[in-house]
Amino acid sequence: MAGITLDSLTKSYGPTEVLHHIGADIEDGEFVVIVGPSGCGKSTLLRMIAGLESITSGEVFIGDKMVNGLEPADRDIAMVFQNYALYPHMTVRQNMAYGLKIRKMPKAEIDRRVQEAAEILEIAQYLDRKPRQLSGGQRQRVAMGRAIVRDPQVFLFDEPLSNLDAKLRVQMRLEIRKLQKRLGVTSIFVTHDQVEAMTLGDRLMVLNGGYVEQFGTPIELYERPASVFVAGFIGSPAMNFFRATADDLSVTLPNGAVVPTAQSARGGVICGLRPEHLVRDPSGPIEMEVELLEHLGGVTLLHGPLQGTDQQMVISLEGISEIQIGDSLRFSLPPELVHLFDAQTDRRIG
Amino acid sequence: MLKRVHFPASLLPYLLVAPQVIITLIFFIWPASQAVYQSFLIEDAFGFSTEFVWFENFEYLLQDDHYRDSFGRTIFFSAAVAFLSMSFALILAGFADRVIRGSTTYRTLLIWPYAVAPVLAGALFLFMFNPTIGIFPYLLEMVGYDWNHYLNGRQAMFLVIIAAAWKQVAYNFLFYLAAMQSIPRSIIEAAAIDGAGPIRRFATIIFPLISPTTFFLLVINAVYAFFETFGIIHAVTQGGPANSTTTLVYKVYNDGFIGLDLGGSAAQSVILMFMVIVMTVIQFRFIEKRVQY
Ligand SMILES: Nc1ncnc2c1ncn2[C@@H]1O[C@H](COP(=O)(O)OP(=O)(O)OP(=O)(O)O)[C@@H](O)[C@H]1O
Ligand SMILES: [Mg+2]
Repeated sequence: MAGITLDSLTKSYGPTEVLHHIGADIEDGEFVVIVGPSGCGKSTLLRMIAGLESITSGEVFIGDKMVNGLEPADRDIAMVFQNYALYPHMTVRQNMAYGLKIRKMPKAEIDRRVQEAAEILEIAQYLDRKPRQLSGGQRQRVAMGRAIVRDPQVFLFDEPLSNLDAKLRVQMRLEIRKLQKRLGVTSIFVTHDQVEAMTLGDRLMVLNGGYVEQFGTPIELYERPASVFVAGFIGSPAMNFFRATADDLSVTLPNGAVVPTAQSARGGVICGLRPEHLVRDPSGPIEMEVELLEHLGGVTLLHGPLQGTDQQMVISLEGISEIQIGDSLRFSLPPELVHLFDAQTDRRIG
Repeated sequence: MLKRVHFPASLLPYLLVAPQVIITLIFFIWPASQAVYQSFLIEDAFGFSTEFVWFENFEYLLQDDHYRDSFGRTIFFSAAVAFLSMSFALILAGFADRVIRGSTTYRTLLIWPYAVAPVLAGALFLFMFNPTIGIFPYLLEMVGYDWNHYLNGRQAMFLVIIAAAWKQVAYNFLFYLAAMQSIPRSIIEAAAIDGAGPIRRFATIIFPLISPTTFFLLVINAVYAFFETFGIIHAVTQGGPANSTTTLVYKVYNDGFIGLDLGGSAAQSVILMFMVIVMTVIQFRFIEKRVQY
């Protein structure tokens, strides 16, 4: 068992630097999710940890060992790929046993491990099939099985669920989570799906344009987003942002509404309000004209402009509401739920 | 019910395929039918008389020791050419697959031999191995080996095999490289993470996955060695010494144009024709089905 330390990891392709000084301490047994938009460098970072991509500068430690110079095979890791990367000419059993055979494990031990993993993953009845005779979800399990039989120090996952349908994705997500807790293996999971990230990770690393925006628990990211990017990325529907002017413990929105805040600031700021934090309040400062209603059953989403501006916002209300399109409604929220960010740097204030 | 699209009857499509049909008729069908007809005839050496003899030419061939020898020799020759050129191409492709920078140059250079005409390829090797002026006999003599493929039948065979295989390497290389590059990178990476080194990956992952290409190339190379190496043999050894490099195709030429046994030569070419047909059928069936992993 081992933790992972990334020390100022940098990756360049020719003159373009795609990852900039990534640093992180991942604890033994922790489940870390790397999340970010397409092209932000998630796969590259994961592949550098795996040893599939060269490291331009910086260091990777697995346990206490610096692994920069080690081949993927010598890093004691297992990886699950987006397209599963099963060996098409081998049966499920052979796929799972391949790595063990190379490590010259006794036949009886290989059989035992394969059988055990197959039972955990409920693929025991497919052991003699070829990958092409399996469904996507079953292939996904085989790929997982191939990783767990090796009993590695670290699991690496590169968007392993993105080829599955929505329902299966939710199910596999839970299973991966349970399996990881049961095995206690340090894991890094790459995804661009923020819901997946929030539900899976002990901690989330939000990457954007090759920079770490924030590294923390899902709750920290939700409650204290470190930047406008994180605030907008985490949470669904996304946070509403307004340019505003702060005056100590309040901000003035573009339409002149004054909203009390817990963060103290002055001058131009970006004010972020989560759709689910706004509550109906006839004397509230924030007024919105409802242009569109989305009834999702449990919640209702109201879309429309902030009164007096053309800036669209979303508000999420519990339950099925009687609100009509065209209504003009007022809302308020507790000061500690208002997020303020520096207008220049996009970073959180205070 | 689907409506059929009706095109107005027109001469144009027929005109467009006509050149191809005419070429096929003149250069393939007509000579082939002539050969079949000839194979049933016996003609005296001066062409004064011909006699229709049904399968006598074929019967004679089957009893002819020279022909049977030539058959065995051709099979050996083909197997050697196919094996040499394919294994060499496989190794080159294995390396080229790993090269990322400068790969285009590398590939282009490797393809050049394919553009060389067989006779020229033969001539190249003829010069390199010429017992008096060639570079290789000179080098071999330094290590005490006497090279003279004009006298030594084994050496002559070796030489035509090398020349024929050399020319085919480029072709095989292209197919192997394409096949290797169509294997998803992640499968190779998964094997690397599983602990397999480059050689092991090649043996247990890459080679099995490109087996359809190997099968396809086997047929292509056999056809090549059987039928398209005439130019090389003609340039290098002319079937000699003492028939030691006379393959079936060369024998057709030799018996027909040198020995003037037109009937026997035609019968041989009919047999060859039949073999091409069989190989082509095998290949087509294979291409339709593909090899299942
Ligand atoms: N071989 C390469 N040469 C040059 N640039 C590359 C190369 N591979 C990746 N990049 C660049 O590096 C950046 C990060 O790529 P990466 O594959 O890590 O993104 P990602 O976050 O995994 O995206 P996705 O969610 O789409 O998988 C991208 O901007 C990409 O264009
Ligand atoms: Mg990726």
